Amino acid sequence: MGNESVVQVRGLVKRYGAKTAVDGLDLDVRAGTVTAVLGPNGAGKTTTVETCEGYRTPDAGTVRVLGLDPVAQAAALRPRIGVMLQSGGVYSGARAEEMLRHVATLHAHPLDVDALVERLGLGSCGRTTYRRLSGGQQQRLALALAVVGRPELVFLDEPTAGLDPQARHATWGLVRDLRADGVGVVLTTHAMDEAEELADDVAIIDAGKVVAQGSPEELCRGGAENTLRFTGRPGLDVGSLLKALPPDSAAAEVTPGAYRVSGTVDPQLLATVTSWCAQHGVMPDRISVERHTLEDVFLELTGKELRS
Amino acid sequence: MTSTTGGTSGTSGTSNSPGTPGTPGTPGTYSPRPGAAPLPRMIRAQAVLETKMLLRNGEQLLLTVVIPTLLLVLFSAVDVVDTGEGKAVDFLTPGVLALAVLSTAFTGQAIATGFERRYGVLKRLGASPLPRWALMAAKTLSVLVTEVLQVLLLTVIALALGWSPHGNPLAVLLLLVLGTAAFSGLGLLMAGTLKAEATLAAANLVFLLLLVGGGVIVPLDKFPGGVEAALALLPVSALSDGLRDVLRDGAAMPWGDLGILAVWAVLGLGAAARFFRWE
Repeated sequence: MGNESVVQVRGLVKRYGAKTAVDGLDLDVRAGTVTAVLGPNGAGKTTTVETCEGYRTPDAGTVRVLGLDPVAQAAALRPRIGVMLQSGGVYSGARAEEMLRHVATLHAHPLDVDALVERLGLGSCGRTTYRRLSGGQQQRLALALAVVGRPELVFLDEPTAGLDPQARHATWGLVRDLRADGVGVVLTTHAMDEAEELADDVAIIDAGKVVAQGSPEELCRGGAENTLRFTGRPGLDVGSLLKALPPDSAAAEVTPGAYRVSGTVDPQLLATVTSWCAQHGVMPDRISVERHTLEDVFLELTGKELRS
Repeated sequence: MTSTTGGTSGTSGTSNSPGTPGTPGTPGTYSPRPGAAPLPRMIRAQAVLETKMLLRNGEQLLLTVVIPTLLLVLFSAVDVVDTGEGKAVDFLTPGVLALAVLSTAFTGQAIATGFERRYGVLKRLGASPLPRWALMAAKTLSVLVTEVLQVLLLTVIALALGWSPHGNPLAVLLLLVLGTAAFSGLGLLMAGTLKAEATLAAANLVFLLLLVGGGVIVPLDKFPGGVEAALALLPVSALSDGLRDVLRDGAAMPWGDLGILAVWAVLGLGAAARFFRWE
């Protein structure tokens, strides 16, 4: 194992017509780790991953996966990686288990199909054709197809989108097992908790660029002690609170009744906030000094406005 | 088609684990042990799967089995179309054999491949160890297997209807193979460039038009001279005419028709190779 890069992306640019989907992106994935590529819809996650899988030819920049060029050396690379597409990929008339056995047959040393079927709870749909499977079953089958060939590295494009909590945890469990057995995992997601839960490294991308990269802890630590939260009546005068605070502070009502004060959070600041509350007849419930969640970091970096 | 645990050795992939696939949750179950299966095994498995998908699909069976059979039986038994001199079945059987090749190599293959492209099957298999050329080889094998079944079925029915074939079996084989190549090229060209729904509609329409205007059940000399000359250049006309020359009239080698099919094969396969899009 060690720390060598299994994926190395440098200055990747990919355009579709006039639209630039990926705009000078750098990414490193260390061997045997789980890397989450996190970003809003349309950020360039899928394009990045599909370039690593050899589906797209970069317009500029270089991509190396397991030291190989995914397009020029596709034949050497393909047996060594596992791919889970965002959707589809199976004959609509094929039965779940039939398709899994088929893809297993294309590999030299595949996993035991029965065990994998059981592991992912696909036993009940073994005889069901793909088009009659539920969305969650289709997702789990796609995951099984990605790992059945015992790859060194798997790419999972939104592996838990649309899954119910049980299926989601089954998927997380499998990702953890893969990692424990030394398989590298690159997954895209826009679920913060998924990235926080699973990933050794997180790359937050927006508008085709990596805007932050690091472990979930590193990403959250930026200003970890610098946030104070409390809940109270909705609609408090945040401006008046801000006037009472030291100059480097900020205060906001994050959601109605939930307030966030950031700045140098020390006993003095806590005292200032509570005394301001006392003056305004506010009972601050659930006052807490807390670390940022990945969601805070994400929204801070990528903005709050809705994406199409 | 049941063996899934790898029993083959000598692959070039890394093998850094004992590789006994264990029960779920056992450490080492997923330890990397990548490698492609041997090519013949991959192609065989792919061809078997493709054939199964085809035989499981009701609409495909309608096209490849039911329609040719019905046409053969109906028009042999009932004198609807004037098929010229001789027994109707001797005129119809070569035409229906050509139609069977058309239905499998062109219409069926175009529709199936179009939807495989649409549903990301081609894309997904593109990330598997199966090379693209091997996928196409497997598709061709699957088409050939289906055609063998069709020819067997239609031959038995035709013989039961009093068909008396003549000619050189080798010439028949050559015609069928070149016809398959020509139709496959055109079918894949359509599947790889149009949307799946457009392919579905167009492939069925072409099937119907060629059924009527390709010398399959209606003799081409029923059409006006200029039209007849143009229709004779269609691949299905060349195939049915060539088969008729051999099977009904005992011709040795219908070079003209073979030439027309060869040109279509080169054009169709060339264009498909050039323009086919996998996604």
